Amino acid sequence: MEALISIAIGLLTACGVFLMLRARTFPLILGLTLLSYAVNLFLFASGRLRMDAPPLIRDGASYTDPLPQALVLTAIVIGFGMTAYLVMLALRALAESGDDSVDAREKT
Amino acid sequence: MSQHAAILPILIPFAAALLQLATKGLGISAQRAIGLFGAVLGVFAAIWLVALADAGSVLVYALGDWSAPFGIVLAVDRLAAMMVLLTALLSGAALLYASAGFDERGRHFHPLFQLQVFGLQGAFLTGDLFNLFVFFEVMLLASYALLAHGGGLARTRAGIAYVALNLAGSALFLIALGMLYGTLGTLNLADVALRLQTPGMDVASARLACMLLIAVFALKAALLPLSFWLPHAYAAAGAPVAALFVIMTKVGIVSILRVQAIAFVPAAVTADLLDGWLLPLALATVLFAAVGALAALRLRDLTAWLVLASAGTLLVAPVFPQAAVSSAALYYLVQSTFVAAALFLIAELVAVRRGDVADAFQPGPRLHTPWLGLAFLLAAASAVGLPPFAGFLGKLMLLSALRDSGSATAIWSVLLFAGLLLMLALAKGGERLFWERSPKHPHGNTHHPFCWRRSLAVALLVSPALLLALFARPVSDYAARAAAQLHDPQAYISAVLGPHDITRETRP
Repeated sequence: MEALISIAIGLLTACGVFLMLRARTFPLILGLTLLSYAVNLFLFASGRLRMDAPPLIRDGASYTDPLPQALVLTAIVIGFGMTAYLVMLALRALAESGDDSVDAREKT
Repeated sequence: MSQHAAILPILIPFAAALLQLATKGLGISAQRAIGLFGAVLGVFAAIWLVALADAGSVLVYALGDWSAPFGIVLAVDRLAAMMVLLTALLSGAALLYASAGFDERGRHFHPLFQLQVFGLQGAFLTGDLFNLFVFFEVMLLASYALLAHGGGLARTRAGIAYVALNLAGSALFLIALGMLYGTLGTLNLADVALRLQTPGMDVASARLACMLLIAVFALKAALLPLSFWLPHAYAAAGAPVAALFVIMTKVGIVSILRVQAIAFVPAAVTADLLDGWLLPLALATVLFAAVGALAALRLRDLTAWLVLASAGTLLVAPVFPQAAVSSAALYYLVQSTFVAAALFLIAELVAVRRGDVADAFQPGPRLHTPWLGLAFLLAAASAVGLPPFAGFLGKLMLLSALRDSGSATAIWSVLLFAGLLLMLALAKGGERLFWERSPKHPHGNTHHPFCWRRSLAVALLVSPALLLALFARPVSDYAARAAAQLHDPQAYISAVLGPHDITRETRP
């Protein structure tokens, strides 16, 4: 399982970085989204991967660390808000310049 | 009551923002009144906090009464209280300036401004690294919207680059936090410091996590390979927004100073983390900024480069974790923040009076406002460090504190040479703006009515250049006490964690 998760994180990061390096706003947003998925998986894995263990502490039962789950939840919410804002900004740049390149010039 | 003083600088702007959203129907004057009232209240709360923190002990405020390291705490030492007061004063002046008309150029300026102050104050006060991330995001989200305030393609474009870069920075921040939590099992700064001193951890992961954390703070502080975003973003922002942004690079610098002094230096595994690479990069940032300033074509660009130069100068301090260096850096930080913010406001006042040439360094119409020239002279002289202003004293203290370090020759020559270049840039720019008249505009520009809000805001931001020099003794004494407290990590750790010994289960 560790290998699977780490390959998934690595693949998502690589794709995210590749897309971010394209100088157009739509791939940039997709790249950032993929990167944030990779980061969320990584955060989740930082509490160690355990099968069949709820994030609840009970006597005798096995449990998993609940804190990374709370951190991931916070990170997802923040990342979602940021991405929404970036989409809006990109649409505005597209409307103002007629071009979705990240360094678009004024529409002539 | 006084046990709640720590949360007030965070709650006041947050409450003001909510109130402004709720009373949107009452029009702009109600929004301004709430914002300015909140700003004044915030300054008083910050002064109170400084007075409380100056008693000497670290004030710890456990949010929801969950004690550290399980709950989130605010930890107020002298450094945090000082930064809170600086933010309150700066944001108050910027808000006063914005209330003279800038706030009407787009929607929701006032709530966004208060939310940005909320994020800034939280970032300075928190004692928990994940909470620091959350406050960073609050501050950044508000700053994204404020940067785009006023519209125009230049701002939208600068906004996309700025947002994308900071989102990538946030991803890196989360990776650093995940590694730190995976390795040490805690995100409370005091507890991280304690864990780093305890043997038996995975040294390589811990060092990597700490390094990533420094990289994120360096991105916010605009250290050289990560500083190309700053001149574009700051020069594109509206004047009061740019003035508020000046404090944002300081958040990164203060964060580096704090984690370095409290967590990294006392632990054997991370004590050498900044050695060898931060000093060359910081000095390169200063030189890069000085060359950029020489090439700047407008006053607002030049000011953005000045912000970068002061960030580079301040980033020399964490390399030498000694109280004397930090104390000088803190004094320098205060004056450079005020002066750069003042120059952003002056740039806009000059621009509106010069019509189509704006604040470009070209001959233009004559300015009928000698006070503006005087304000520019004061701010510029302090920014480059000419006596008798605060910038001179700050630079002098920093240079003399670094005299005994091994790299004194390099630091002295770079800082003084960059100072010379900046002086040339500002002298050339000031001459073009205030003295050279173009034949196209023989009689000068149309008359501009005196606006007390804008003038008062500029006066508030320029006066520290003189006041900090006149009252250098109390300010530098306070900075020395703050630095001494910063470099006493055991006091911080025991104040935050208390006497309890926490038992932990060992992790696979």
